[in-house]
Amino acid sequence: MRTQNQRAWFFVLPVLVLVAFNALVPLMTVVNYSVQETFGDNRFFWHGLGWFEDVLRSERFHAALGRQVLFTFTILIIEVPLGVAIALTMPRKGFWVPVCLVLMSLPLLIPWNVVGAMWNIFTLPDIGLLGYFLNNVLGIDYNMTQSPVAAWVTVIVMDVWHWTSLVVLLAYAGLISIPEAYYQAAKIDAASNWAIFRYIQLPKMKRVLTIAILLRFMDSFNIYTEPFVLTGGGPGNSTTFLSIDLVKVALGQFDLGPAAAMSLIYFAFTLLVSWLFYTIMTKDEQ
Amino acid sequence: MAKITLDGLRHSYVPDPQSEADYALKRMDLEWKDGGAYALLGPSGCGKSTLLNIISGLLNPSEGRVLFDERDVTREPPDRRNIAQVFQFPVIYDTMTVYDNLAFPLRNRGVPASRVDARVTEIAEMLELGDRLRTRASGLGPDDKQKISMGRGLVRDDVNVIMFDEPLTVIDPAQKWKLRSKLKELHQKIEVTMIYVTHDQTEALTFADQVVVMQDGEVVQIGTPVDLFECPRHTFVGHFIGSPGMNILPCDVHGQRVEFQGITVPTAGFPEVPDGATAEIGVRPEFVSITEDGGIPAVVRKAADIGRHIVVEAMAGDVPVSAVIDGDAPEAGSEVRLRFDPAHTRVYADGWLVTREGAI
Amino acid sequence: MTLELIDVSLRVGADMHLYPTSLRLEPGEFNILLGATGAGKSTLIRLAAGLERPTGGRILVDGTDVTGMSPQKRNISLVHQFFVNYPHLTVFENIASPLRVSRVPKSEIEGRVEEAADILQLRPMLHRRPQELSGGQQQRTALARAIVKESKAIFLDEPLANLDYKLREELREQLPELLAGRGTVIVYATSEPTEALLLGGHTALMREGRLTQFGPTAEIYHQPRDVASASVFSDPPMNFAPVEKRGHRMHLGSALDWPVYGAAAGLPDGAYTVGIRPHHISPVDPPDPSIPIRGTVRITELSGSESVAHFDIADRVWVSQSAGVQQFQVGEPHEFHMVPTHCFYFAEDGKLAAKGIADG
Repeated sequence: MRTQNQRAWFFVLPVLVLVAFNALVPLMTVVNYSVQETFGDNRFFWHGLGWFEDVLRSERFHAALGRQVLFTFTILIIEVPLGVAIALTMPRKGFWVPVCLVLMSLPLLIPWNVVGAMWNIFTLPDIGLLGYFLNNVLGIDYNMTQSPVAAWVTVIVMDVWHWTSLVVLLAYAGLISIPEAYYQAAKIDAASNWAIFRYIQLPKMKRVLTIAILLRFMDSFNIYTEPFVLTGGGPGNSTTFLSIDLVKVALGQFDLGPAAAMSLIYFAFTLLVSWLFYTIMTKDEQ
Repeated sequence: MAKITLDGLRHSYVPDPQSEADYALKRMDLEWKDGGAYALLGPSGCGKSTLLNIISGLLNPSEGRVLFDERDVTREPPDRRNIAQVFQFPVIYDTMTVYDNLAFPLRNRGVPASRVDARVTEIAEMLELGDRLRTRASGLGPDDKQKISMGRGLVRDDVNVIMFDEPLTVIDPAQKWKLRSKLKELHQKIEVTMIYVTHDQTEALTFADQVVVMQDGEVVQIGTPVDLFECPRHTFVGHFIGSPGMNILPCDVHGQRVEFQGITVPTAGFPEVPDGATAEIGVRPEFVSITEDGGIPAVVRKAADIGRHIVVEAMAGDVPVSAVIDGDAPEAGSEVRLRFDPAHTRVYADGWLVTREGAI
Repeated sequence: MTLELIDVSLRVGADMHLYPTSLRLEPGEFNILLGATGAGKSTLIRLAAGLERPTGGRILVDGTDVTGMSPQKRNISLVHQFFVNYPHLTVFENIASPLRVSRVPKSEIEGRVEEAADILQLRPMLHRRPQELSGGQQQRTALARAIVKESKAIFLDEPLANLDYKLREELREQLPELLAGRGTVIVYATSEPTEALLLGGHTALMREGRLTQFGPTAEIYHQPRDVASASVFSDPPMNFAPVEKRGHRMHLGSALDWPVYGAAAGLPDGAYTVGIRPHHISPVDPPDPSIPIRGTVRITELSGSESVAHFDIADRVWVSQSAGVQQFQVGEPHEFHMVPTHCFYFAEDGKLAAKGIADG
C-alpha cells in the first residue's frame, strides 16, 4: 500500500478553525444555556428540555412563528414571480443591458438599517412623501404606527423593494444562458410565448431560481434590522417576527434559557425547510 | 412540401454595401425540386449558414426573393413558412418526455389528439425511439436527442422543408455513421425536401442527391456527388471534395499539348487556356496509379495503409502528388512512375475548368 | 525518455473510469489512443500527464516513479480539443509563455518562439491576438506552445476534432513532421479509425474504460484480438453475424454457408461470430474467390469516390463499401460478394479464434 498524501488536511485547517470560532463555539454556548437555569452570579442549574417545552407551548412563540411564516410566504409569492417577470422584460443585448443591471443592483447596495430608516421617514403621515401623499392627497387613512394592516403592508412593500432585484439578477443570469437555437426551434414548432416560458425558460431557470428562493427564504425568515428600525415590532406585537421576539426575550427580559431554546428551534426550523426544499428541487437532476 | 426557388438572392450584413466584397452572400438563383435531398457544402464562413437562415426565415435577405412553390415567403417569419430545422446542438424540451417532445409541434398547431398519437408513434418507430417514448428526454445521449430534434420536424405532414445545420457535430463517429444512414433512410421513406448544411464532404456527398458547393459567399458548383467528384468545375471543388483532395499541379500548355515536369500528359478533351492565365492540371488521387513504364517519375515520401486502400504521397520533382492505390504499399524513398488516367485528367485556367470534353 | 504505465487505474466512487492498464510508450513515434467518447482516452491522458492521481498502479518515466508528481514538475505539454490560448496575450506571448515560466533567458526566447512559429507557419500572425485568428491558426498556436519548450512528453487530446474538415486534413498531414525527431513521447487521442491509420505508429484501442489492444497500428488493424478491438478499429463499423461451424463449412442462418481453410478449418465445431469489414464485401464479382450473398438493398450512399450499400442478411443489416460508382436499386435484391479470406472468426468469449488465411 502506498501512503496517501495527507498534506491536504493542513490547507483545510484554517477554515475549520474559523468555522469553529464563529459558528460552532457560539452555537455550543447557546446549547449550553438552553438546557440550564441561572439566577445570576454565574451559577447554573440543570433544567433538561424544560425550556424547549415551555417555548413550544408558548402562545407568544406560536404567534411570532405564525407572523414569520406569513411574512416569508407573502414576500416569496410576490418577489419570485415579480423578479422573473422583470427579468423576462429586460433586454438581452445592447446599450440598455448595463443600465438595467446597475439600476437593478442599486437597492441591494443599501444597508439594512438605512432601508428601515428610509422607509420609516418615507411613510410618516405628516412629513414623509408617501405618508403625506396617501393621507392628504388620496385621502387614505394611513398610519403604520397605529394600524397593523398599514404596518404589514409597509414591511412587505419595503422588502419587495429591497430584495426583488436579487431574484431579477439571478433569473436574468439564467435567461441569458439559454442558446438562441432554443428560441428558434420553439418558433419553428409554433410554440406560444407561454409555451416558450413554460418549457424552455422556466426549466432553464430552475437552478438559479432554486438558489434565489433559498436565499430569499433564509434571509426573510431571519429578517430583523429592517422591520425593527421601521416599526419596532409594532403596533402592539403585530410585526414582531421571530427574530425581534427573540431579542426581546434575550436582551429585554434577560431570559437566557428560553431565548437559547427558542433560537435553537428557530435555527432547526430554518435548516429543515431549506433542506427539504433543496432536496425536492434537485431530486430529479440525477 | 414544396419546390424552393431562390430568385436573385443577395445578402449583406453591412447596412449600405458598396462593393461585391461587402456581400456575405453573392447573387444567386437556384431552384430545388420538391422532395429532393440537398446539401450546402463549404468551409466555415463561406455563407452557407447565412443562406440557411434566409430560407428558414431567421434572416431577411438584402435583395431577392425566396419562393415556396410559387408563394413569396421572403418576408414571412419562420413559423409561417412551415419549415423544420435541426440545429448543431440538439434542442430538446428538458422537462418533457420523448413522446411530448415529438407531439409538441403538433399540439401547438391544434392537431387532434388521436392524429398526434398516430404520427408520434409512427415517427418514433422509424427513429427507433419507440421503446423510450415515456422516458424523460433530458436523460438521453446526444445521438438520441438529435433524433428527437429530427423527429419534431418529421411528425408534421405540412412541412415544406427540413433543414439540418451541421447536425452531426456533437455525435461520435460510430453513432454519426448510424445517424447518417438513418437520415438517408428517412428521406427515402418520407419524401420531404431536406437541406443539409455541412463542412464535412463525406456527410454532404453521402446524404444529398445534389450538392451546392460554396466558397466566399458564392456558389462554385452545383451537381450530384458523382459529378462533383468526377468532374469538378473549379480547383476549389476538386480540393475540397475528396480525401485526399484533387492533385492540382502546375503545367505548361503548348497548343493542345499539356506538359507536367517536361512530360506530356494526355488529358480528357482539349484545353483552351486564355492568354496570360495560369494553367494547372487537376487529377484526383483515385485516378493516379503506379505503373511499370512510361508515366511520370516520382519518389515516394510516405505510404499509409488505411485499410480499404493505400494513400501514397510522392514527389514528382518538387511537386507533391497523392495517389490512392490498391495492393501493396510502396516503400518510402522508393522510385516509382505515376500514371494519370487520361479520362479524368483535366486542365484548369485560373482555377476554372477549361478542357472541352469531346470524348466523354 | 519512455513513459510506462503499470496497472494504472482510476475509480471515482463506484465507477471505474479506467480499469488497470499497462502500457509502455516509446519516444519518436505516435502513440494513438483510439476509442469513442467516454472510452477512457482523456482519463488515460490526464493520469499519464499527472493532472489526476490514479487510484491504483504506478507511472514510470525512464524507470523513475513519478506517480505522485505534479504536472508542473514533469515537463510535459498538453494540447486540448478546444483551442486553449491566453486571450489577452499576442500569439508571440502565447508561444513564449511556457519559456517564461521555466525562466529561459530573454535572449533565447525570441529565437525559439520564431523557430516554433516558422514550423507552424505562424510568423505573420505573431503580433495578433488569438481571437483574431481562424480556428486552425488558434490550434496551431496551441501546438506551437506545446513544441516550443522541448518537453519530454506531448499529449494531444483530439486536437483536430473542432476544426473544419479540410483544415483537419492539412494539419494532420503536418503533425508527424512537426513532432518527429524530438525524442519526446507523443500521445494522440482520436475517435476516428482512419486518422489512426494515417498517422501510423502504435495504437492503443480503448472501449468502456478498458484498453483492449495495443501494438503497431497497421498490425492491430489487420489482427484484432477480440470483437471489442475489431469494432473500435473499423470505420464504417465491421459487419458481424453469429455463425455455426459444422465440418469444413461455416453456416450463417439457413441460407448462407461457405467453406473454410487453414486455421479456421482447424477450429472445433460450434458457434462463432463472423466479422468482416464493409470494404471486403463487394457489389461486383471481385477477382479473388468469393461467396455470393443476396440481400435486399436498404440504403445507398454514393459519394463519387466510393459507394456504400446497406443490405439485409438473415435479420441483420450489413454494409458493403466499394470504390467508384456502383449501381443499386433500393428495395431490390442485389448480389454482393464476400471474400472469405478476409473474415474474422471470434469465439463465444469474444476472442479472435481464427481469421481467413490471406492477409486481412
